[in-house]
Amino acid sequence: MLDLAKYQSIGAALKDALGQFAGEICLIEADREREKERLRYREFQDRADPWARALQEAGFNANDRAAMIMTNQSKWLISAYAIFYCGGVLVPLDYKLTPEEQWQLLKHSSASVLVTEYPIWRQLTASPSRASATNLKTILVTEAPPRADLSGARRWEEFSSSGEPAFIPRQRKDVATIVYSSGTGGRPKGCMMTHENYLEQCVALTSIYPFAPGVRYLSILPTNHAIDFMVGFFGPFICGAAVVHLRTLRPEYVREAFPKYKITYVSLVPLVLKNLQKGLQARFDALPSAKRKLFNALVAVNKALTKSRPRLALSRRLLKQVHQAFGGELRAIIVGGAFTEPQTLQFFYDLGIPVANGYGLTEAGTAVTVNDLKPFRADTVGKPLPGMDVRILSPAADGVGEVSVRSKTVMSGYLNESELTAETIVNGWLMTGDLGRFDSTGHLQLFGRKKNMIVTEEGKNIYPEDVEAAFESLPVKESCIFAANYVWPQRTMVGEQLLLVLHLEQGQTLTDELRRDISARNNRLLNYKRVHGLVLFTEDFPRTASLKIKRNILAGRLAQQDRAAAILPL
Amino acid sequence: MRTIDQTTREVLTLASTHFKVPADSLAPDDDFFKKLDINSLQALELLSRLENHFGIELPDYEVQGVSDFRTLASRIQSRL
Repeated sequence: MLDLAKYQSIGAALKDALGQFAGEICLIEADREREKERLRYREFQDRADPWARALQEAGFNANDRAAMIMTNQSKWLISAYAIFYCGGVLVPLDYKLTPEEQWQLLKHSSASVLVTEYPIWRQLTASPSRASATNLKTILVTEAPPRADLSGARRWEEFSSSGEPAFIPRQRKDVATIVYSSGTGGRPKGCMMTHENYLEQCVALTSIYPFAPGVRYLSILPTNHAIDFMVGFFGPFICGAAVVHLRTLRPEYVREAFPKYKITYVSLVPLVLKNLQKGLQARFDALPSAKRKLFNALVAVNKALTKSRPRLALSRRLLKQVHQAFGGELRAIIVGGAFTEPQTLQFFYDLGIPVANGYGLTEAGTAVTVNDLKPFRADTVGKPLPGMDVRILSPAADGVGEVSVRSKTVMSGYLNESELTAETIVNGWLMTGDLGRFDSTGHLQLFGRKKNMIVTEEGKNIYPEDVEAAFESLPVKESCIFAANYVWPQRTMVGEQLLLVLHLEQGQTLTDELRRDISARNNRLLNYKRVHGLVLFTEDFPRTASLKIKRNILAGRLAQQDRAAAILPL
Repeated sequence: MRTIDQTTREVLTLASTHFKVPADSLAPDDDFFKKLDINSLQALELLSRLENHFGIELPDYEVQGVSDFRTLASRIQSRL
């Protein structure tokens, strides 16, 4: 691994890594059963340099912003490397957003370059919102069919220029990326992450979960997500490890990839991990009685022998078939993006497959705490990573209060949102809005949220304000959306739901027609953004002088109703 | 060559068989996430079944953002 203390920027570290590990495999890309590409670091550089040179010739300068909307693939990392090499700021956007949302963020970020895939570009060009992103100068599109109408874009594959690109150095405090943690509907939250944020986070994470040449990381979480950017790009690259990309994320191809590529690490969101658990449990349950008894006995032995720490070699021998299904070299599954239920973590640990769970948020530079497995504690989200100061603000009698974080990994602020930044980072401490407490051994336990938002099992942060636009013109007096647990705190991080609060006109009732209207609007939202219930409120919403809803006061009034009785199914 | 109506009917039949719901409870304009009470992973499983049935490959991007049977059937139809 490179000594990152010596480096000022992501670009400088990656440049040296490509030289130091030139002969090692860095990328494998597969589409279904077909392997499309296998690159060594040297070949990666051969691809990236002409692209970086072309980018510079297109007028891309230091501190210019380049957005990326792509599924995980080699071209994502090659483009990102070139952008950092040129001293640019990377704006990785979620390819699952709607074209309108993507245009909104392209405009908000003032990106001058967009790198995307042809099918995504086709959808973007069909959207009337295109006119809004006036700053865009260069659009590069991958895998466009021959003779396709590129609508002003250029082909990624033909974007190349000979000659050495000039390396543009950046400083640690310079912004490296703008990562949108949420806010596509109302107020985009573009976290400005510095080079220092990534360099420090990488040192902390690799001290617990090391990468090295020969290690193969299966990149399934979108690379625009802070976790995969770190453990599916920057982390492995500065250690000479390899990243495996699958272009088709059907469960059967993901399953095949483990033994085929002898995967060492993978990151998953809780939803996928739970699905994996369900599949394995079904297979165990289907074993003939005698075999099942033997299997359960082996699991019990493994559990006893790994009580104080994981013993991978031993677990692989004891539970050979299970480990072979995962390729036989899996060291840990990294889970992130949302809270994972303890029983799921325990299920895998008992099989000898440690799950590296933790707690983090984009604003803090990915991970704040990580389970160090010494010993494994399924009931907590682990201990703070090296370099993280974590404290509990205003703890109640039981020790539960708001988690706040101070670290070199904390973002420099939200783009164009100084007021929001000042509310979020107070005297150098990041106010997470999450509720937690430390136990006697220094492990953090989480108990719900103080903030009005939900995180789905797929790792999506949903802020009610971002969903409200879908219900704006409903024929009612007024409406708004709340996270159910914000109104009625439940001290839980799972099963979170959004509620639509309606204040009907005088004499108006909740008719079937109105319900149909609400359902139709709800169904037009992406499935993870949908509301799950209705709450009727009979008074005017409390508002500020500028007519903004005073959400905390309204939540307090709603909370006077009984939760179960107040929530009407949609 | 199947018509779009035939393709849609076959999509509905396969979905009802795979998720064990009565065939007549599903309609082309239904939101399959809601109607079948499935998550994104289960939707991917359904896609694999549909690919096998129709003998086609549906790239993930083709079904990005699709949540009703009719649109899904039209994406399949365009690849038949």
